[in-house]
Amino acid sequence: MPNTQPGEITGEPEVALADVTPLVQLVSPTGERVVEPDNATYRSRVDHLTSEDLRALYRDMVLTRRFDDEATALQRQGELALYAQGRGQEAAQVGSASALAPQDYVFPSYREHGVLHVRGVDPVDRLRLYRGEDHGGWDTAAFNVHLYTLVIGSHVLHATGYAMGVQRDGAVGTGDPARDTAVVTYFGDGATSQGDVSEGLVFAAVNNSPVVFFCQNNQWAISEPTSRQTRVPLYRRGEGFGIPSVRVDGNDVLACYAVTAEALERAHSGGGPTFIEAYTYRMGAHTTSDDPTRYRDRAEEEYWRQRDPIDRLEALLRAEGAWDDAWAAAVDADADALGERLRTEVRELGAPPTTTMFEHVYATEHAQVTTERAWFEEYEAETEASR
Amino acid sequence: MSETLTFARAITEGLRSSLESDEKVLVMGEDVGRLGGVFRVTDGLQKDFGADRVVDTPLAESGIVGTAIGLALRGYRPVCEIQFDGFVFPAYDQITTQLAKMHYRSRGRLQVPVVIRIPYGGGIGAVEHHSESPEALFAHTPGLRVVSPSTPQDAYDMIRAAVASPDPVLFFEPKGRYWTKGDVTTSDYPTTSAAGAADVLNRARVARAGTDVTLVAYGPTVTTALKAADALAAEGTSAEVIDLRSVSPLDVPAVARSVERTGRCVVVHEAPSFLGAGAEVAARISEECFYALEAPVLRVGGFHAPYPVAKLEHEYLPSVDRVVDAVDRALAF
Repeated sequence: MPNTQPGEITGEPEVALADVTPLVQLVSPTGERVVEPDNATYRSRVDHLTSEDLRALYRDMVLTRRFDDEATALQRQGELALYAQGRGQEAAQVGSASALAPQDYVFPSYREHGVLHVRGVDPVDRLRLYRGEDHGGWDTAAFNVHLYTLVIGSHVLHATGYAMGVQRDGAVGTGDPARDTAVVTYFGDGATSQGDVSEGLVFAAVNNSPVVFFCQNNQWAISEPTSRQTRVPLYRRGEGFGIPSVRVDGNDVLACYAVTAEALERAHSGGGPTFIEAYTYRMGAHTTSDDPTRYRDRAEEEYWRQRDPIDRLEALLRAEGAWDDAWAAAVDADADALGERLRTEVRELGAPPTTTMFEHVYATEHAQVTTERAWFEEYEAETEASR
Repeated sequence: MSETLTFARAITEGLRSSLESDEKVLVMGEDVGRLGGVFRVTDGLQKDFGADRVVDTPLAESGIVGTAIGLALRGYRPVCEIQFDGFVFPAYDQITTQLAKMHYRSRGRLQVPVVIRIPYGGGIGAVEHHSESPEALFAHTPGLRVVSPSTPQDAYDMIRAAVASPDPVLFFEPKGRYWTKGDVTTSDYPTTSAAGAADVLNRARVARAGTDVTLVAYGPTVTTALKAADALAAEGTSAEVIDLRSVSPLDVPAVARSVERTGRCVVVHEAPSFLGAGAEVAARISEECFYALEAPVLRVGGFHAPYPVAKLEHEYLPSVDRVVDAVDRALAF
């Protein structure tokens, strides 16, 4: 339901929207299992997760948040040019990424630090882009994770094209769980207004491509609330393109896992695309250059703080007797070690050699680059010699 | 084997050859399948290679190029058709912010061998947005190759090289020349390696030898320059015509070698002169041939006005008379 009338401009927070629009939820904000007739199929998708699995999800979320906190601090200390915070979105990212098969391919936006964590991308490499040391930072083929894309929504088309390639490779619908391949692309509420996202939905729909469109509706596109992007809940955008669509509680890691598992099964089996709206909240700023106090109030932030995805999973673990203080202490120690490593190794990242700016502009000889590089190298050598 | 082909058919046969030699090659765009493209350049290809390889896409240029990038990341070599020059701009973001930079930002780990074919140029009496020459807008973006053949043989050779190139290529086809014919050697052409492809795409060629002035052109204006050279010959002036073939990179040495001998240079293109490819040629020749120049490098191009209505386009486009006029001015120094 639209929470504002057409044409109406409002600065009011949308805190009530989650409560009035149905969404898939398996764990309540207070940590109880949600058992209802209409979430039975989703419940069945997490039945096999053991206490140990739940603790692993918790650990991934805690490490993701520590990464976030450390990166934010490093930016404040001048060690990063910028950082886009993911605080509050750990369940959406860790839950969805944990459902992926190794051969599945991810096209992230630029805030998917939890997805990268789950896929194994080294935490230092994840910050090269934000340090201004690299425009990418990792070997995409090693993790089946594409580089971050900063132009909002552009990568949604890359994901769709990649999935069209998967279809041409015959890597869908074979029934071989090691072969059938899906593509997952992450983007936000703001990105849904971009033409490229709509075009990605069109191409995926008419080609029945194995893409999961994972939209993290974190309520804010920098300073603009979701009501500036849409008059319908975002999952209904997917429906408009004829794509099965679902809205999920993005702060419920099990629900995010379940809806993603369902979407992946559809993609792997040749059933085509799915649109997932993960309803969550950006607890931090858009980036370290942003100041949310200018456009949203503390009541809203407090509302969502009480729905913190990590607290929710802790409550579930405790309620189910799966919490273990010694284990929790070990997780904290791992987080401390991660922080220590980031503080040390990110600072040690130097600037690449100057001539690397001329490398890989083209894969083949291009006279303009060759000429300018030769000039620059001579200029540098002469400047060096005259010192 | 040599046969007489139209310029358009030479591209068709080049695409056919590429589709045959590499199963990863795809052709995609609006109406390229059953219809064979609005200019029939892809005529017959879907029938021969199937709808999975010659793909009718939704009507969305950004979607065409954006999905082509994804296909390339999966190992395919898509050849996209943009229906007309003026319709490329919805894809401009994908081309300049994504396609051009993917190899660079991945430090060479990723390659995106995407070809974007664009029928361009005027003189065909078309309506708005169907006659433009936007090549400089792409040449200004590092990471892209921008080429334009002027003969059926080059159309055949260069489209094959473009498909074989590991770098993205903007392939500008002078639509006004689609129906001109020429002999094309289509067999015994060596399989094009990455380096071989670059070599084909990097080089300008001397379209006509001469001694008094160098005319620099590419795509549709090569014919104009050659006609001007005929007219000048009748007046006793020997013009050399350089067909650039590539706008990015520019084969500056080829132009410089000519200007070192002639001392005069006139650049001709349909795109507006202001900040066009001719401006770069003029700057580079001024830098590299300063002591050989007898006159400033002059440009003959479109004006700094939107492409005019068809009834006026022949006054807008570089004509033989305007080229001869520029040569006369150069000779007067």
